[in-house]
Amino acid sequence: MSEKKEYKVIGTRPIRHDGVDKVTGRAIYGADFQITGLLHGRVLRSPHAHARIVSIDTSRAEAHPGVKGVVTAEDLPAAEDKMADLGEGAVSLKYLCDNILASDKALYKGHAIAAVAATSPHIAEEACELIDVEYEVLPPVLEVRQAMESDAPILHENLRTSSLGETGDKPSNIASHFQHKKGDIDKGFDEADVIIEREFVTGTVHQGYIEPHNATALYNPDGQLTVWCSTQGAFTVREQLAEILQYPISKIKVVPLEIGGGFGGKINVYVKPVAALLAKKTGKPVKVLMNRADVFEGTGPTPASYITIKMGATNDGKITAAQTSLVFEAGAYPGSPVGAGAMCVFAPYNIENVVIDGYDVVVNKPKTAPYRAPGATNAAFGTETVVDELAEKLNIDPLEIRLMNGAKEGDRRADGPVYPRIGFIETLEAAKEHPHYASPNGKKYHGRGIASGFWFNIGLESSVTINVNPDGTVNLVEGSTDIGGTRASIAMQAAEVLGIPAESVNPTVVDTNSIGYTAVTGGSRTTYATGYAAYEAAQDVVQQMKARAAKLWDVDEDNVQFADGEFSSINGKEEQISFRDLSARLGETGGPVIGRATMNPAGAGGAFATHVVDVEVDVDTGKVEILRYTATQDAGKAIHPSYVEGQIQGGVVQGIGWALNEEYIYNDEGEMTNASFLDYRMPTCLDLPMIDAVIVEVPNPGHPYGVRGVGEVPIVPPPAAIANAIYDAVGIRMTELPMSPDRLLKAMGKI
Amino acid sequence: MAKHPVSLKVNGDEHDLLIEPRKTLLAVLRDTIGLTGTKEGCSTGDCGACTVIVDGKAVTSCMVLGVTASGKEITTIEGLASDGELHPIQQAFIDTGGYQCGFCTPGFIMASKALVDENPDRTEEEFRFALGGNICRCTGYTKILEAVLQAAEEIRTNS
Ligand code: FES
Ligand code: FES
Repeated sequence: MSEKKEYKVIGTRPIRHDGVDKVTGRAIYGADFQITGLLHGRVLRSPHAHARIVSIDTSRAEAHPGVKGVVTAEDLPAAEDKMADLGEGAVSLKYLCDNILASDKALYKGHAIAAVAATSPHIAEEACELIDVEYEVLPPVLEVRQAMESDAPILHENLRTSSLGETGDKPSNIASHFQHKKGDIDKGFDEADVIIEREFVTGTVHQGYIEPHNATALYNPDGQLTVWCSTQGAFTVREQLAEILQYPISKIKVVPLEIGGGFGGKINVYVKPVAALLAKKTGKPVKVLMNRADVFEGTGPTPASYITIKMGATNDGKITAAQTSLVFEAGAYPGSPVGAGAMCVFAPYNIENVVIDGYDVVVNKPKTAPYRAPGATNAAFGTETVVDELAEKLNIDPLEIRLMNGAKEGDRRADGPVYPRIGFIETLEAAKEHPHYASPNGKKYHGRGIASGFWFNIGLESSVTINVNPDGTVNLVEGSTDIGGTRASIAMQAAEVLGIPAESVNPTVVDTNSIGYTAVTGGSRTTYATGYAAYEAAQDVVQQMKARAAKLWDVDEDNVQFADGEFSSINGKEEQISFRDLSARLGETGGPVIGRATMNPAGAGGAFATHVVDVEVDVDTGKVEILRYTATQDAGKAIHPSYVEGQIQGGVVQGIGWALNEEYIYNDEGEMTNASFLDYRMPTCLDLPMIDAVIVEVPNPGHPYGVRGVGEVPIVPPPAAIANAIYDAVGIRMTELPMSPDRLLKAMGKI
Repeated sequence: MAKHPVSLKVNGDEHDLLIEPRKTLLAVLRDTIGLTGTKEGCSTGDCGACTVIVDGKAVTSCMVLGVTASGKEITTIEGLASDGELHPIQQAFIDTGGYQCGFCTPGFIMASKALVDENPDRTEEEFRFALGGNICRCTGYTKILEAVLQAAEEIRTNS
């Protein structure tokens, strides 16, 4: 670790600013919002996985007492052939709109077809049943390898494969194919003494946030559209609404309410444009809530994938070549996170010769959405299992082979970037030194597994303003919705600069009219980028207040310094005033002080993690029990260690669910058969031990306090770590997720 | 649909209501009375977000019809703090960081309250078993269990 800095607030564990609100039921989430004259909306969804929509007749629904309006895709502006720019490159506007309300085809069971606004949720639900939709049912395709076959049912007649700069000439479900290359792959495999090549399949899983999607919209007669909702990013909602509704951004205000989990799944909009259309049609505010089945069937899961990994190493453990093909399902419309998966697949290792092929394939499932380190978990399941197998074949400890090949500062990733200072090796060392790794492991059917993971983290735009109060506290205004304690982690960075306690900073998350553009709470960016903006805004406050002190003392501004919450004059006059006392004198020295900063920082700094897990396999039932779990992770600098631990523990448990239980189960008609929390089994506390989170701190050179994003990478290693532990326990290599009891029994030859 | 007269005692206050028989207790609490602290995560009894205490027992309010709760005494998350003081369980959730998004929190706190009222002398294993009906997607449960154990300990020593 580099030099240790002394901080007063950073690294402490103050309680969250929204703490009391959230334990007393006072926090207002999207569904809790009330407004006078409210109507209730309900969405009718396709019962078929793949069907042409022949006709929609809404007349019976419209005549139903209590119904105030019905909308279909016809109420959306004509979107054919337009491209929309949502900041991440152009996407087809037709695809965007069709996913909100299907126009010509239903592409998955649960696809929104029409929506009703009525005086009660029950009436809206009844009216949905009165909408007559004639479908021409088509055969569905649900799996990427089948979807890639030349005779597969085609989802989009106009979709042509774009592959390495060329566009195909006939309809295909393969939306795109790309490649990253580094070194000479043939030479690399020639140099290897051992080569392992394996195939992996992972299931479709859902983010599983407990709060369903929601939106309340109001169109004022003056054309102002206001949407209150739970979202990971009010500004991205504003952009999507502007594109989908073809409505001026200046007339849209998005008010983010508290959000009950997102994990990437609350970035894309679903019911928000529907609520807006219904509000426009009825002239009344309309609230649309999803139920749990809607969430499973109608919102982005994260993709199933088919992955091949081939890796070669010399007898002394050096990995000389790595090759992969990553085939990800995009869901109904192009745009899986295969690109991110390709960035992460071999990222923990410095390998000279690499080829990565990525394929984005449409299937008859909901359009996929990001889920915590999107794409990286699928990819790491393959890589980390093969690395484990290499270690075993070469008779090298699995931590040692990672230490020997682990990426360091200056190494270049296959997709291009050269690493700045990173902390992968440090996570491996922390795992090696942890008592868990030294503890006995050898009981029958018990096993231990190791796996590592990488997530690149992102920066993007953030804005913060800080208003100084006369009592020496400050109000911090931000646009990052707080999903897990970022009010605190951002406020703490401002407090550190200002030399005041965290409690003296009052953070508020505001709507899109009240702060500068701020990108989504996602990509593990919030504590990093919005925290960085808070740091800069606080520096701005300090600068302005130095000028005020200079005025008070009638000295030159350059002769005022600020340290430990005190302004003092240097050169000549012996003057000193605390931040608090000066705050009371702003009126007399020129008026209020408002600090501001906007940024788009580039140095997010990647995050690495290494996990150690002990399992017990019940060879009669196939059930895998997690006995002990230790996760080490480089946080750069943990602003609030408890909340960093919480991110690690939460991510690990989502990864455990993905590894052992969670998957969308489909019947032959393409219907999801387990769209409930009873049948889509997420881990409960009964399934788990305490998760030991070990924070490693290798400061990120791209942030003033060394922060790295921490939220996403903890989900990456668990499936591979558990697969490796299962192998250690029973000698079976599991290559398919989830490693549910039935799959394990099959693999062990018991059924 | 014909409405039925229902009397509920919620957080100590009497409510005389006319409600449709198809309304769940959860909907009555949230929509009719306006106590939105209780959350809806699934409406099928599988997540525990809607947990309230009915006559001393933790109940998933989405699985109870409002009309059948007539005459019962109900405590929701809004009724837990008294005289401006947080209940030890609420304080413990804050102290340990037993929540992230906070959406499962009202349900977890009410389920935990019913458990410690009944018997605070439980092991971690027993609490894990008893809280198995509440899902949290954010925390991985470690800090929730720390909160519950800390609160149970405090309640034990104070009683
Ligand atoms: S909402 Fe009642 S158990 Fe989920
Ligand atoms: S804190 Fe988010 S679901 Fe539990």
